[in-house]
Amino acid sequence: MSWKIKALKKSIWVFHVNTGACNNCDIEVVDLLTPKFDVERFGIKLVGSPRHADALLVTGVVTAQAAPRLREVYMQTPKPCVVFAIGACGCGTGIFHTGYHVVGPVDKIIREIDPNAIIAYVPGCPPKPEAMISGVVKTLAAL
Amino acid sequence: MTEGLRELFWILIFPGFVFTLGLGLLVSWVVRKVSARVQWRKGPPLIQPLWDVLKLAGKEVLIPEQANKTIFIGAPMAGMAGVLLLSTMLWRITISQSAFVGDIIVAMYLMVLPSLALILGSSASASPHAALGSSREMKLVMSYELPLVLALIVVVIKTGSISLAAIATQAPIASISGALAFAVGVLCVQAKLGFVPFDIAESETEIAGGLLIEYSGVLLAIWKIMQAMMLVALPLFMVMVFMGGFGTSGWSVVWGTGKFLIVVVLLILIKNTNPRLRIDQAMKFFWVFCGPTLAAAVILAMVGDAYGIGWL
Repeated sequence: MSWKIKALKKSIWVFHVNTGACNNCDIEVVDLLTPKFDVERFGIKLVGSPRHADALLVTGVVTAQAAPRLREVYMQTPKPCVVFAIGACGCGTGIFHTGYHVVGPVDKIIREIDPNAIIAYVPGCPPKPEAMISGVVKTLAAL
Repeated sequence: MTEGLRELFWILIFPGFVFTLGLGLLVSWVVRKVSARVQWRKGPPLIQPLWDVLKLAGKEVLIPEQANKTIFIGAPMAGMAGVLLLSTMLWRITISQSAFVGDIIVAMYLMVLPSLALILGSSASASPHAALGSSREMKLVMSYELPLVLALIVVVIKTGSISLAAIATQAPIASISGALAFAVGVLCVQAKLGFVPFDIAESETEIAGGLLIEYSGVLLAIWKIMQAMMLVALPLFMVMVFMGGFGTSGWSVVWGTGKFLIVVVLLILIKNTNPRLRIDQAMKFFWVFCGPTLAAAVILAMVGDAYGIGWL
C-alpha cells in the first residue's frame, strides 16, 4: 500500500467539477494551472476525464440538479482519490445556505455514498491559488 | 536453448522492453520539460513520468458496464506489443545489422498497430466521447498513411533499397526530394504520436480525452507506456530512414543521439507553436498539401535517379 500512496503524492491529476459555483472559484482554479504557478513542478496536471483523476476539485454549493452528477463523478473516479472542496460554498454552502435549491455542502453529498472519503477544505471567496497550493500540500502530508 | 534465451533477452531487456521503456520515459520527460521551458515554466522533475506510471499502476481499474471486456483489456496490450516489436526490431538493426529484405514494409505495418489498438479499445469502451475519438483517429490514420508511404517511396528510390540496414547507411535528407519527404514525414509522425496540432482524437478540451476517456488504473498506465515507447521508436525510425542511421561505435553514437534529439525537439516545437486543427482541416492538409508535394518529390527523385543527379 505504501508505494501506491507515495506515487499518488508525487503525481496528482486533477479533474474540475463545478456544482453550481458563481465561476469565481473556477477562474482561480484555472489561474492555478497557468505558467505563473506551474503546478506541473509537483506533478499536478489537469485531465479531462474523472477516470484519469486522482483529485476532484469541487467548486460551488451543491444544487439539487448537480448532486446526482457529483455522486456519479465521485463513483467513476478510481480510488484512492482525494476530494477538494474549494471556496466558501464548497466547504459549507456559504451565503447560499438557505437557498431552496441547495442540498450541499460537498462533503455531505460525498459522505452519503462513501463515509470514508478523503475530503480537504480550502475556504475563501474565492481562495487564492496560493491557498489552494497550501491546501494540497497539507492534505498530501496528512495522507 | 541459449539461442532462445538470447532472443528473450533482446525482447524483454535490451533493446526491448526495459531499455525502450526507460528511454521512452526519459524522452517523455524531455517533451514535458522543453514544453515547460517554451512556456517560461520550470517543468516537472526528471522522475515525474515514472511516478505517473507507478501511480496509475497502483490505482483501481474501472471497466464500463456495457464495454466489451476482452477487447477493452486486450487492446492496450496489443498496441504496446506492436510498439515493443517495432522498437526491438529497429534497435537490433542498428546494433547488429541483422536486417532482412523488406523490413521497412514490416516497420510500416507495425507503426499502424498502436493506432489500430487505440481505435479498437476506444470503440469497445461504450462511450459516446470515445466513439467520436475513434472515428477521428480512423480519419486521421486514413489521411496520414498515404503521405507517409509516399515519403518512404522517395527514400526507397533515393537509396535503391528496401532494407533498413542499407537505407540507414545513406542520408536521403541531403537532397531536395529527401528534404521534402522528411518535412512531411515529421508531420506524419506528429500525427502518429497524437501531438498538437494533430491531437484531434484525444482533444481534452472538447471530447475530454476522447480515445482514452474510459481507461483507468493499470490499463491507462499501459497506454501511457505505449505512447512513451512510440516516442523512442518513431524518431529512431525517422533518423534511420532519412538521416543516415544511429551508428554504434565511438563518435557516431553521440552524433546519432544528436540526430535523435533534433527530431524530438522539432516535434516538440511544432507541438508548442500550433493550435489544434479540426479533423477536416487535418485531412485537407495531408491530402491536398502533403500528397501533391510528395508526388512532386517522387518525380524529382526518379529524375535524379535516372540522370544520376544526387542533389535532386
